[in-house]
Amino acid sequence: MLTANPQLTPDKKLRHLLTTEGLPKSLIENILDTAAQFVSVGDRDVKKVPLLRGKSVFNLFFENSTRTRTTFEIAAKRLSADVINLNINASSTSKGESLVDTIDNLIAMDADVFVVRHSQSGAAHLIAKHVNQVRPNVAVINAGDGRHAHPTQGLLDMYTIRHYKKSFHNLSIAIVGDILHSRVARSGIHALTTLGCPDVRVIGPKTLIPTECERMGVSVHHDMMRGIEGCDVVMMLRLQNERMEGPLLPSAQEFFKSYGLTAEKLARAKPDAIVMHPGPMNRGVEIESTIADGRQAVILPQVTFGIAVRMAVMSMVGVSRGEVA
Amino acid sequence: MRLEIRNGRLIDLSGSNDGRDERATLYVDGAIIAAVGSRAPDGFMADKIVDAAGKIVAPGLVDLCARLREPGYEHKATLESELMAASAGGVTSLVCPPDTEPVLDEPGLVEMLKRRGWTLNQARIYPLGALTAGLKGETLAEMLELAEAGCIGFFQADRPIVDTSVLYRAMQYAATYGFTIWLRPEDAFLARGGIAHDGEVAARLGLAAIPTSAESVAIATICTLMRETGARVHLARLSSAAGVELVRRAKAEGLPVTADVGVHHLLLTDRDIGYFDSQYRFSPPLRSPSDRDALSAGVVDGTINAICSDHTPTDEDEKNVPFGEATPGASGLEMLLPLALKWAEHASIPMSTALARITVNAAQVLGKSQGRLVAGAPADVCIFDPRAFWAVTRETLVSQGKNTPYLAREMQGKVTHTICAGRLVYAA
Amino acid sequence: MQLDAEPLISVLAEKIGSTSPDFGVVGIHTGGVWVAQKLAAKIGATRVGRIAVTLHRDDYTMRGLHTQKNKTEIGFDINGRHVLLVDDVIQSGRTIRAAINELFDFGRPASVKLAVLVDRGGRELPVHADYLAITMPLDGAQKLELTNAGDVLRFEILEG
Repeated sequence: MLTANPQLTPDKKLRHLLTTEGLPKSLIENILDTAAQFVSVGDRDVKKVPLLRGKSVFNLFFENSTRTRTTFEIAAKRLSADVINLNINASSTSKGESLVDTIDNLIAMDADVFVVRHSQSGAAHLIAKHVNQVRPNVAVINAGDGRHAHPTQGLLDMYTIRHYKKSFHNLSIAIVGDILHSRVARSGIHALTTLGCPDVRVIGPKTLIPTECERMGVSVHHDMMRGIEGCDVVMMLRLQNERMEGPLLPSAQEFFKSYGLTAEKLARAKPDAIVMHPGPMNRGVEIESTIADGRQAVILPQVTFGIAVRMAVMSMVGVSRGEVA
Repeated sequence: MRLEIRNGRLIDLSGSNDGRDERATLYVDGAIIAAVGSRAPDGFMADKIVDAAGKIVAPGLVDLCARLREPGYEHKATLESELMAASAGGVTSLVCPPDTEPVLDEPGLVEMLKRRGWTLNQARIYPLGALTAGLKGETLAEMLELAEAGCIGFFQADRPIVDTSVLYRAMQYAATYGFTIWLRPEDAFLARGGIAHDGEVAARLGLAAIPTSAESVAIATICTLMRETGARVHLARLSSAAGVELVRRAKAEGLPVTADVGVHHLLLTDRDIGYFDSQYRFSPPLRSPSDRDALSAGVVDGTINAICSDHTPTDEDEKNVPFGEATPGASGLEMLLPLALKWAEHASIPMSTALARITVNAAQVLGKSQGRLVAGAPADVCIFDPRAFWAVTRETLVSQGKNTPYLAREMQGKVTHTICAGRLVYAA
Repeated sequence: MQLDAEPLISVLAEKIGSTSPDFGVVGIHTGGVWVAQKLAAKIGATRVGRIAVTLHRDDYTMRGLHTQKNKTEIGFDINGRHVLLVDDVIQSGRTIRAAINELFDFGRPASVKLAVLVDRGGRELPVHADYLAITMPLDGAQKLELTNAGDVLRFEILEG
């Protein structure tokens, strides 16, 4: 049963951030506007504002990712929150403590915000559902659950696109690579379709495109030269090392040949097209070095905007609330 | 003990014509139905009279798959709790799969299970023996010994036989003795790691997918081996339109194949998973609406012989985990009747057809004589009020497994009496 | 009821007198920015900045974050500089407190002085204007809003 969106309060405010799917357009725009206020905080002498002073943000990483954890940590610290980092590897959960037990323990330590990274799709939803039952004023931010969603990445991508292209209404956007396993792709697709982007294309070999992907409102292309034609934005995805050779792909080299972003392929996009990548990049697998470092790449601004977007999301969900549904 | 069940609407589809659907009295003498109609047999004096006015008197339900969790998983459910749930659900015969701990691959275990069931004096238990030792898919289980101990067939449960040559030999061996092999048609490689139907929902939620070809490839393999070995096969838990079509063709060809479907698969689809609701994780997975409709049509036209509960009680912790880590399956013994009735209503088919698929047709798969309300048949009866509503809650469910997608929902159709071998085993 | 704000700015400018061109004038969004621009011209200050207090508001946890497109933009280095902070109205003093916090996120000024057009009373913090045009006690339900129509500043007094 598709019930009410669990990440919204009854009056449609952001309660948790679990996925970009189903977020109202106005709310996404609100998050981006809020992030705009935070972008300049990094340039100040004092890179800190007191909005979350006295609040505890728990970075709960069941899957290791120093990079993502660090960006959340910086965001939380710039909001003056106390940050507690917990890397919970698989072995401690296999010792018998269930995910829900772990959450209960941390709630007892008076957490205000959980930032969760987990290898299972839907883990953040499960935690949010549990939190709603036992401590309704605790917020959950999904920092990546399995293949499902990575909503702050999706939103920072939207911020980046809006920053360079101003509006979504006439854009053609290509998302290239391993769509099947990519939570970044899913979060991007839902945000783009909600924001009114009329032409979202996914490009990759059949082994890396999910069945019935079109139902998410995208067109599917297997020929990158054609798929990238006339695009305003090219979003490259990371190909995980373990998928470079095996039943899905014969080799990284062959993948690069068809789906790596080269100058030749990029020439098919609009001359002012921007190139994005969620990082970390595999140069020579997804993207040619000259493109990654070239004038069209906005990969480093993405990182900067990412902190502002995470600050925006944390400051929006970190408000103390009374009763919520 | 003599029992007279009067004033009820008696539905029985076992006859050669359209069967019986009329107000009639049922006379039970000992474990046998003595007579059906308006006249008592000569000299019949009832010890007890059940007034079934406004109710339907149907054969006791025959469930082709109910996990009783003994031995080995008593924390999930016990034989006591689940047999009481069966009686509360109107189930008088049930088939239990061998995926216990230890698995049912030794005659001693089967005898113990039967004996335990016997002393509890509720539904009839028909165990399926393991097809391979330890369900490992490597060496054959002692089928002859197991059959002598009381196994009615041999099943691999949800564990795959990866090596096709083992499957081939198992079918040859079973065919030697005329045993029926039960198989979950699912290709181990195509299904590996998958947790949801390969379609829109899995794409959206980022769940590892199981394509319908996992089922059709397996059925094609099984049918090919049936032609070579002459084995009789029952295909358990069909899930896809392609699978139904292959079974339809196999039957048209004359292969000795039967099939069943879990009742949830007739009503639910992958869309119902919503935001990762683990109560909707099943094995095989809930598939698309068009697959569900094909399954429904398959049950109506008889391609799928029977509907079963696929009763899988779990403890709460097994569902309170991320979707992909949740134990598949739902508690079903008490839901089989109301869900079958609900399906009949959705599919716009007569209630009697739905009842046949959970009684006489299921019994026929087993080669048993249950499921009939005629003189001389075993006195297994389910009396229910088709208009009564009841709420599915942790408290109302008798089964120890409270895992069901229908928790906190209302069901229509409530069992009021269950009679097994002439004994009143449940009265609401 | 309306009150012309332009004469009040002149009063304020007179009280301040002339300043060194080195002086920094910083208005608080939104009304304070309008006042700061006009005031700077009158007192001969060339460096004018603007400050948004959203990120330092103390009612954040109760009311949540109010997204405004307004951002703090101080186009000069405030370190070691004398700064005149400008707002249209002073009431509780909380906005001024937040503005000073915000200002200090950008550096350490030599001094900060406060210039305000209207003191409506109702102080909750020990904050006082160094330069004030008029005092006009109002009760809590009444609203005092500065409007800007065609570069003419005017106060609207609305009964609650």
